[in-house]
Amino acid sequence: MKIQTRSDLDALRDRGLSTLYPSGVRINVGMATCGLATGAADVYRAVRDEAGARGLELTLVATGCLGYCQQEPLVDVRLPGRGRVLYARMTPERARDLVAALASGELPAENALAIIPAEENPDPGQASGALPDVPLIGELPFYARQRKIILRNSGMIDPESIEEYVARDGYLALVHVLLDLPPQTVVDEIVQSGLRGRGGGGFPTGCKWQICRDAPGEPKYVICNGDEGDPGAYMDRTVLESDPFSVVEGMTIGGYAIGANEGTIYVRDEYPLAVERVSHAVARAEELGLLGQDILGSGFDFTLQVVRGAGAFVCGEETALIASIEGGMGEPRPKPPYPATSGLWGQPTVINNVKTWASVAPILARGADWYAGIGVEGNAGTVVFSLVGKVANTGLVEVPMGLTLREMIEGIGGGGLDGRAVKAVQTGGPSGGCLPARLFHLPIDYETLTQAGSIMGSGGMVVMDEDTCMVDVARYFLKFTMAESCGKCTPCREGTRHMYEILTRIVEGEGTEADLELLEEVATWVKAASLCGLGQTAPNPVLSTLRYFRDEYDAHVVEKRCPAGVCRALIELVIQPELCTGCGLCERECPVGAISGEKKEPHIIDPELCTRCRICYDVCPVGAIEIVR
Amino acid sequence: MPLIPQLPPPPGGALLARLHAINAEHGYLPQEALRRAADDLGVPLSQLYGAASFYASFSFEPRGRHTIQVCQGTACYIRGGDKILEKIETVLDVQPGETTDDRLFTLEIVYCVGSCSMSPVVRVDGDTYGRLKPDRLPRILQKYRQADEPEPEGGEKRS
Repeated sequence: MKIQTRSDLDALRDRGLSTLYPSGVRINVGMATCGLATGAADVYRAVRDEAGARGLELTLVATGCLGYCQQEPLVDVRLPGRGRVLYARMTPERARDLVAALASGELPAENALAIIPAEENPDPGQASGALPDVPLIGELPFYARQRKIILRNSGMIDPESIEEYVARDGYLALVHVLLDLPPQTVVDEIVQSGLRGRGGGGFPTGCKWQICRDAPGEPKYVICNGDEGDPGAYMDRTVLESDPFSVVEGMTIGGYAIGANEGTIYVRDEYPLAVERVSHAVARAEELGLLGQDILGSGFDFTLQVVRGAGAFVCGEETALIASIEGGMGEPRPKPPYPATSGLWGQPTVINNVKTWASVAPILARGADWYAGIGVEGNAGTVVFSLVGKVANTGLVEVPMGLTLREMIEGIGGGGLDGRAVKAVQTGGPSGGCLPARLFHLPIDYETLTQAGSIMGSGGMVVMDEDTCMVDVARYFLKFTMAESCGKCTPCREGTRHMYEILTRIVEGEGTEADLELLEEVATWVKAASLCGLGQTAPNPVLSTLRYFRDEYDAHVVEKRCPAGVCRALIELVIQPELCTGCGLCERECPVGAISGEKKEPHIIDPELCTRCRICYDVCPVGAIEIVR
Repeated sequence: MPLIPQLPPPPGGALLARLHAINAEHGYLPQEALRRAADDLGVPLSQLYGAASFYASFSFEPRGRHTIQVCQGTACYIRGGDKILEKIETVLDVQPGETTDDRLFTLEIVYCVGSCSMSPVVRVDGDTYGRLKPDRLPRILQKYRQADEPEPEGGEKRS
């Protein structure tokens, strides 16, 4: 069947509604990579087998990610006439108990995290007071400030079902665009919406589209940058795994607007499930004629191909990504010319991030003014962050622009892990910086974060506490950028190595005050002289930690002390005999056999053998291991 | 007209796709397969070698039966991913990039598998293990060792 008219789409929508809201039980198990990492596949099988054994008919769906990863595996249950409830931290055993309760017509209270309200559950017979002690999902601090546009379908639909995507207003925008709007009007709408590149650069998307549309040269291309390489970030993975059609639809609209008939979705190799899901979405859209020749009878042709990356961080840089598609080493080239005038095969090319593409369809469906009204002046719309590290509630968060860092970390994130004080937040991955807790009043927008010495970036937000050494963090990032520097330009290739060597001296207790000056000088030059974004931003972790955490550097250099107790050359581990119960756990776990002692007697650590890896510190059940700083 | 006629470049993404296909078939990139691919695609072997050696996903050496990827992404690193790596290095007696003598495991560092909320994370073949503590590792590795032992009653050996 090919979708040719609005009524064809309505038929697809009806099929989607019938599986989203069936007359029987529907159970969604969150099975994106994060869910799978905590055993969601076992939960899925337990639900299926138990329901089979009990003869309970249900629609069981492997959905994507709802974002509240801390509570994974998450199971979302809709029981017609009774309501819809989200269950957290499920195990196969808990899942079997849940199915048993459902078989007797009950939504149990055990493990219930939240009630999903009526707007996500069109079911007039819903008995809302069924679980009086369970909050509505919007009342949970984690969700209270969130507004989902990019993640609108994540965790709600079967990512392989175009019918369910359509049932939640998918493809309404494409139909409207192809049948009602001239291409220039589409570009105008994106300009007016105020959408800016969600890959981190923040360049106005509509402006980029206009430049490409006006650029001489045929053919033109669109590219989706799904080479999400920042360590500590997984927004793009989630969108591609949980709602791939949103990217496919956005790119089709983009192709129409700028006059391109071909597009490429480039996904990093470390995301096999994302590659699989987005490839499936492309094939399914082709089958239904939503990609291919003469889409919806409009005369517009558009095809998409998926290219799998091969493990190179620099390919997230747009010119390097283009070189990688063209078939060689993914090395960047100088700009200008920008891809919008000379991109893939030297032709005008629009390259946007996954989240930017996923924002396009809602803007066209609901209007530029609607989108421009979200967020703050100059920073319209929503932004997705992966809130991770030493924070109580880890997960994927979508908020309007302009929320403060404090609302994000303390409000949504619930503060530090195990109640510990948060010291800093790192945004923007290896290109970004570390901001101290005293700046948490700052609003999250492109300009403010850049002025403070970090960047918005693609959405990584790593929280750090007193047990994190900022010098060690800077060294960690430089080790990464040094390894990932492609080597084409000297400032980046040699400069990242030089900075790494200085930082290594410092964490090993060999650093001098002159090293700190040298470090700052090298960082400044690498930033100024590197060819592409990788090198130009690589010094940010160094410069921002030098700016805000100079006392930690001084402690390493002057006092030869690591205040966080992380840097191995500057700490010692000892067992406090009055606390040690002699359980022997540390002795078993020590990778180098440095711990010895009689059973039930206090153990000792041989400082000659000890590598200060701190595994004993982590495993000791009574806290008898002390880090001497 | 150029002195040496130029072949048109292969279509976008074709080269990477071919390298992935060879890698999927052999587990690494054997020289013979690279030569054939260069001929098929009409590109110089040097270009193919340049690309293959540029990317972390490809290896020119045969690899172990199972690949262990220890995530050293930022979230994993600050939540103890370095200790997980150290423990695996000691248990298997290999460094990242190396394969155990029995050719069972290849150890790799990977910078983020995108499961940051479950940090620290290790991926063995396709399976991701989150919220890890060093003491859980021996059991996980044992699972893959057992999977390679011939099953009783002459069952098929799983690969």
